[in-house]
Amino acid sequence: MDMFKTLIIILLSSVFVDNYVLNRFLGICPFLGVSKKINQATGMGVAVTVVMLIATAVTWPIQYLVLNKLGLGYLQNIVFILIIATLVQMLELFLKKFSPALYNGLGVYLPLITTNCAVLGVTINNINDGYNFIQSMVSSLGCGLGFLLAMVLFSGLRSRIDESNIPAPFKGLATTLIAACFISLAFMGFVGVVENIFA
Amino acid sequence: MEKNNNLSVLLNGIIKENPVLVLILGTCPTLATTNTVNGAFGMGIAALCVLLCSNIFISLLRKIIPDSMRIPCYIVIIAGFVTIVKLLIQAFLPSLYATLGVYLDLITVNCIILGRAEMFANKNPVVKSALDGLGMGIGFTLSLCAMATIREVFGAASFAGIAIPFMQDYKIEFFTKAPGGLLVYGLLIALIYVITKGKAPAKTSFSCQGCPNAATCTIETCSKKGENA
Repeated sequence: MDMFKTLIIILLSSVFVDNYVLNRFLGICPFLGVSKKINQATGMGVAVTVVMLIATAVTWPIQYLVLNKLGLGYLQNIVFILIIATLVQMLELFLKKFSPALYNGLGVYLPLITTNCAVLGVTINNINDGYNFIQSMVSSLGCGLGFLLAMVLFSGLRSRIDESNIPAPFKGLATTLIAACFISLAFMGFVGVVENIFA
Repeated sequence: MEKNNNLSVLLNGIIKENPVLVLILGTCPTLATTNTVNGAFGMGIAALCVLLCSNIFISLLRKIIPDSMRIPCYIVIIAGFVTIVKLLIQAFLPSLYATLGVYLDLITVNCIILGRAEMFANKNPVVKSALDGLGMGIGFTLSLCAMATIREVFGAASFAGIAIPFMQDYKIEFFTKAPGGLLVYGLLIALIYVITKGKAPAKTSFSCQGCPNAATCTIETCSKKGENA
């Protein structure tokens, strides 16, 4: 039961408290770039979640079964980024060949994820935090869902901003960042809630 | 003439094409490490070292690396230098290593470094690429420090860890937290627009220029990259 509680806390805290985009600032590029329309934001969010899960499922065993066994821990960075880049390319080719429908929905976002700092960040963080395999997978799922949630909320906000009259210096990116600030502020309300959910 | 040209390459990165405030690249470390001046300065110098070394190397190898394999090659070169810098910081500056944490690893996927490799180093000779790397690195460090100064002075009433006595009662902790970073960044971009009005190309949207994936990317935002450039 304790194990289950830990998993739930990891999941909820990575969705709400340590939200990758709004609190840790990883994956800001797609967050600002691809959040103009809600369907694009959803597609990107789902694609990131899928890639995070697959990347963690591959990099965790490699870190513990290959790199640590051989004393090559310092190669973590190079190995992980190459694995992620290769995986994403393979996934894209696979989707293109076997599921054109899915490719149109998700595949188009995959090239953008190759060098996404959120994906590399989540795999490295899972190792740094000392999570076991199941905890790592849950944490990746949480981070992906948190990313999706932030993207969808933010695309809603942006469609409202596009229609409003903004002073010239604030047009475009400046307003986008300030709007992101308010969403981030709202998410700070979750601090302290999740840790005490079972207390 | 030649010298002037080199100087303009160097200055270009610091002012006209400042990576953080004009090109809007490398947003992740910009927002994440600027809550203290020390962290921002460390991040800036670490990125500068990686950028300088990778620009020199990629420029040296630009005729050997096949075009279709260039992105993986760049990533390996960059990740190698990031590992070297990370190990050096871990050995000699353990407190900075603890502050920067995972963001040190994430220099690998920093779009400034990949972007400069793609936009500059693979087309230009070694000296120019080195100067471009140096200029971009200094520009990055300066803008990070400027942002960190605002955030630390108002948020923690200190500068580079030294407390400012008369401001102790007026800390606004908001600035050192995550939302404060987004707000300060947004305001700085608006300020740059006001200062350089009519001179600098105004960025109306997030740019894909310099994004290493731009060539293969099919999303609408990215296919418009020609308009922003």
